[in-house]
Parts: sequence; structure tokens; C-alpha cells
Amino acid sequence: MVQQAEKTATKGGRPRIHESADELRHAHYLMVMIRRFEEKAFEMYTRAKIGGYCHLNIGEEAAVVGAVMPMRENDWIISYYREHGHILARGTEPAAVMAELYGRETGVAGGRGGSMHLFDAERRFLGGYGIVGGQMPLAIGTGLSSKYRQTDEVTLCFTADGATNIGSFHESMNMIGLWKLPVVMYLVNNQYGMGMAVARASAITDLWRKADGYGIPSERVDGMDFFAVKRAMEQARERAARGDGPSLVESNTYRYRGHSVADAGRSYRTAEEIQEWRERDPIGQFEKVVLEAGLLSEDDFHENELAADRVVGEAVEFADQSPQPALDTLYEHLYVADS
Amino acid sequence: MPELTYREALREALREEMQRDDRVILMGEEVGSFGGSYKVSQGLVEEFGDRRIIDTPIAEEGIIGAGIGAAMTGLRPVCEIMTINFLLVGIDQLVNNAAKIPYMFNGHARVPLVVRTPSGAGHQLSCQHSQVLEVWCAYVPGMYVVAPGTPADAKGMLKTAIRDDNPILFVENVLLYNESGEVPAGEHLVPLGQAVVRRKGSDVTLVTYSRMVGVTLQAAERLAGDGIDAEVVDLRSLRPLDIETVLGSVRKTNRAAFVEEGWRSYGVGAEIAAQIQELAFDDLDHPVERIAGKEVPLPYATNLEAAATPSVDGIVERVTGMVEGRRPVAASA
Repeated sequence: MVQQAEKTATKGGRPRIHESADELRHAHYLMVMIRRFEEKAFEMYTRAKIGGYCHLNIGEEAAVVGAVMPMRENDWIISYYREHGHILARGTEPAAVMAELYGRETGVAGGRGGSMHLFDAERRFLGGYGIVGGQMPLAIGTGLSSKYRQTDEVTLCFTADGATNIGSFHESMNMIGLWKLPVVMYLVNNQYGMGMAVARASAITDLWRKADGYGIPSERVDGMDFFAVKRAMEQARERAARGDGPSLVESNTYRYRGHSVADAGRSYRTAEEIQEWRERDPIGQFEKVVLEAGLLSEDDFHENELAADRVVGEAVEFADQSPQPALDTLYEHLYVADS
Repeated sequence: MPELTYREALREALREEMQRDDRVILMGEEVGSFGGSYKVSQGLVEEFGDRRIIDTPIAEEGIIGAGIGAAMTGLRPVCEIMTINFLLVGIDQLVNNAAKIPYMFNGHARVPLVVRTPSGAGHQLSCQHSQVLEVWCAYVPGMYVVAPGTPADAKGMLKTAIRDDNPILFVENVLLYNESGEVPAGEHLVPLGQAVVRRKGSDVTLVTYSRMVGVTLQAAERLAGDGIDAEVVDLRSLRPLDIETVLGSVRKTNRAAFVEEGWRSYGVGAEIAAQIQELAFDDLDHPVERIAGKEVPLPYATNLEAAATPSVDGIVERVTGMVEGRRPVAASA
């Protein structure tokens, strides 16, 4: 069943749109490019070019781009295993991400991590992690470190509905709340942990309220609405950077596809439900709003689509042409030598 | 050379490294005003303040994860886990994150983290607080597992571990904290991954580590009285493993036994025995034996506890049997 957001980010007198046309064009490009990238990843998985598990962000583009865009260059991002879009939104080369999915030496992790373990040190993207909730305790440490080093860095930690039921969520939330660390906990609620609907797995379905137990201010936003997400994340980031402590933002969204490419996503969801969410498509909604506001035109959208197609096409070509890692690198980076 | 207890040696290492490098912090349950559950960090919060000596909630997954995140972003954390038994509720962070991050991200991230924790039996701590579990972590490539058996090594290896850029499980021992020994003052660094011969001998090689080093040395003295000359090798480090020192000894004595406090099946001795037979088969006059804890949860009653733990008597008896050519028997017997 579709859950309606009780709290929306338009409350509290937040301006609806403050972005420049260039910023909007870029946001639109990222959302379209992520969708094209994921569609291509799906295709290449079915053609056996990509192996392992492959979790897609299709349907979550506003929830992803709206959360990453407000982050500054010196902020840290920690994520989980549905993170292709997260690292792309951060600005990492799509070709290097696709090459990682292909398991090639030119991939962001040299073909050692794959889809679930993307990393970009230069952009302070500290990785995708594959154990549900296992990335969250790292955010205690990055927050502690930012504070210890007396910086204004903020950690954006992605987590998701399924992780709110595991111990690491609660240990992390408690320590982050206790020490008032500069962390924005961003909870992507795509309504299902694999095939388990939120209501079947969590004793409460207002997941944002779980932050109450840790003294962390929280809210739920409509994750299909780019502006709602971005406004909430701007405020949360600002609050953390000011030294006022952590927040949790729950973003209500939906993945159109299954849990991973191997799951059709139909045995536990109805066609009607999927259709209802598709009607609120994040890219469609964004286009409607900025068209009506007269900030971008159909031509702008079309240009972005062409650019996204080109970039994703080039990424596939790059990945296809890249070699697999050399066999004599099998033991490389297992340990740091001569430290 | 000053005499220090194992506990004081660890504290000295922590103090010196914290004075030397502002990036070093200590966090864990009761490490601050309480002084540490085993008093290793006593006085450090007074010296370094609660910015650097950080009391945490009881949350092992949170503690180790916090250490990893801090290590990835420029600090050099030391996390204290009150006992190795509690490591089990945080082991996901150690195995799935710390040991994987450098490799999984192709060398783009480092985890200069030390997780300190005491292993082994205390006095009647019973089933849930007496385990020897470091072998679980030694099994995992991507981290180091070291276990000093003397105060001098406790200091020298902890200092080295803190300066190392790899994730390290630093295994202490509950019954060693009060043991005294000579400890070099100031800059004393012991390399990781180097075993050491604690006693020279020609008849049999006894390989061991941690608290069993002292027990085995006592057994060796008794054996000497019976005319059996045992060489004692202290591994000090389970990963990286210095098998060459072990093999060098075995090639000389032609007999080897492994002595460990933990359980025999799938234990450290199983690995050492396997490597000795793989690499020095022709040098052996006798099967490699394992002298280990009995395979039960460690019971509370003093007599049962003693019966389940390797002892000087037990080692002497078994090693005498080896030299006399008596074959080993199955573990449960």
C-alpha cells in the first residue's frame, strides 16, 4: 500500500525553488543520467556482462540527487549496496562506475568490489557496504573524526528501511545522538526490505520517529519530490555544520524494479501499486514543476537526455574495452606494506 | 631495566603513543574515569582528557565501527573491547568492514585501527567469559592478529601496532595483566609477525603464544629435570605468521607440539601442525601433537575449570610421552 507522507518539506516556510537554472539543469541531468545508467546496467546484467548482485536506483532518482547535491566538497558520504546513483550524483565518472560493475581494472575499485562496493576517495565517497546496517557505525567514526579535527565537515550516511530493524542502526543512532555528531542520517524508505513490506518488518511504520529514542530531530519527506528532499537535506546539513548536531531525514520513495536485478519485484507487490508510484515519477514531477515555473524548457530536458545517453553509451564502451584486473594483482592491497 | 606488569607495560605504550601522535585516541567501555575494566587505561583520562580517552556506551558494533570510520578519516584509534567474548557482538565490523575495506576498495582506503581485547580464562569467570576466540579472526585475511605473552612484548607490540596502517586485533590475556617482567623504557618497538625462541632445546619443539608461553616454559623446566630438553617458540603473532622460526626449530628437534589455551579442534595448533607436516614432513620423528583446552564451555567450579585448562602437569606428561614414542590419542579422551 502506498504510504502518504504526513510531513512534507514544504512546511515551515521553506522556499519551493531557490536553485539557479544551471543548478536545475544539472539536477535534471543527474536524475536522467542515473536512470539511463541503471537501465543500461539492467540490460548488461541480463546479457551477463555484469555479475553478482545488482541493486538499481530506478524510481529513487529524486531521493538520491536531492540528498547528495547539498553536500559540500569536504563532506563525507557513506552508503549501502544500492549506491550506483549515490556515487554518480557525487560526480564520479560513470565510465569508472560501469567498469566496476563489469569487474574491470579501470573500475572505481579496480574490479575488487563490484556493484555493492563503489568508492571514490577524491570525492570523499567512503564506499558502498553490503551488510544491512553495517555502514552506519562508520558514520559514528567519521563524525567523531570531523569533530576531533575541528572541521566543519558533515557526514551524509545513507541507510534504508530494512536497516532500521537491525542492532547497528540503534547503536549508531544512540552514539551519534549522545555525542551530537555532525551526521545527517538519510533513511531511504523504498517500502520494502527485499520482499518484506515495512509494516511486516517494523513495529512502527513512521520510521523517522525511531530517531526520537536517540534525541535526534527527524522528519519524513516525499522522496519522489526533488525539492522536498533537497530543502530538508540543506537544513539538516546546515544544522550539522553549525555544530547543532545530527538529524535524520526519512525519504519516502519507491524502486520500480525488484530488490536486485534477479528479482522481478512482482510476487510481493501489485501492478496497481507500482503504477501508482510511477504516476508520481520523480523525473516527471521535477520537469512539470520547473516547466511551470519557466526555469527550464523541453529543449533543456531533451539536451540532458541526449547527453545522458551519450555518457552512458560511452561508459559501456569504456567498460567493454577495459581489461580484467591482472592476475598478478590478486594479493594487492590486502595489507598496507611498510607502514 | 625497569620491571613492569603486563598491564603497566600496555599503559606505558598507550601513553607514549598518545604523547607522540595527537591522532591516537582510545575509546571503549569504561576506559575513562573507571580506568578500564582491567585498569589498563588507569590515569590516562586525567592526562589526556575525555577528548582523547573516550568512554562509550555498551555497544561493541558501534565502538569498532566508530574506530573504522575514524581511522578512514585521519585518526589512529585504539578501541578497547572489554573481553574477547564481547567481540562477538561487534565482529561484523571487524570481519566485514575493517578486514575488507583496504582490499575491496583497491587500496584507496586505509584502516589504521587497533582493537585491544583480553582473551582467556580468569578465575572462575565461567562459560561466557573465559573463551579464547582470536583464532576466529586469525582465519580472516585482511587483518592482523597478534598476542604478546610477556610485558616487554605487550609494550613493544602495542606501540608497533598503533603505528601500523592495517587493522589489528591486539589480544591481551586476563591472567597476564598482573605478571611482571623487564620492559625497556622509552622507544621499544617489537615487529609484528616475528616469532621468538624463548628457550633453546634439542629434543622437542613446543610452540605456543600468549599466557601459555609462561606455562610452557615452566613445563620445559620440569622436563629438563627429567632429562628432556625442550625448545619453546613463542609465536607472538597469529597473522602474519612466522612459520620459518617454527620450522627452523622442528628441523633441529624433529618433534613438535602446539600448546594453546583454546580448543583443540580447528584451533591455532591445527594450522601450525598442518604447516609443519606440509613443509617439514621429512624432519618429523613423531606426529605433531596439540595440547589444548578441553572441548567444553569453561565450567565454574575450581576443579572442573582446572581440569579443562592446559596445565604444567598436562604438558609434561604429554611431552614425555612424545619423547618415549607413545602415540597421541583422540581429543575427547
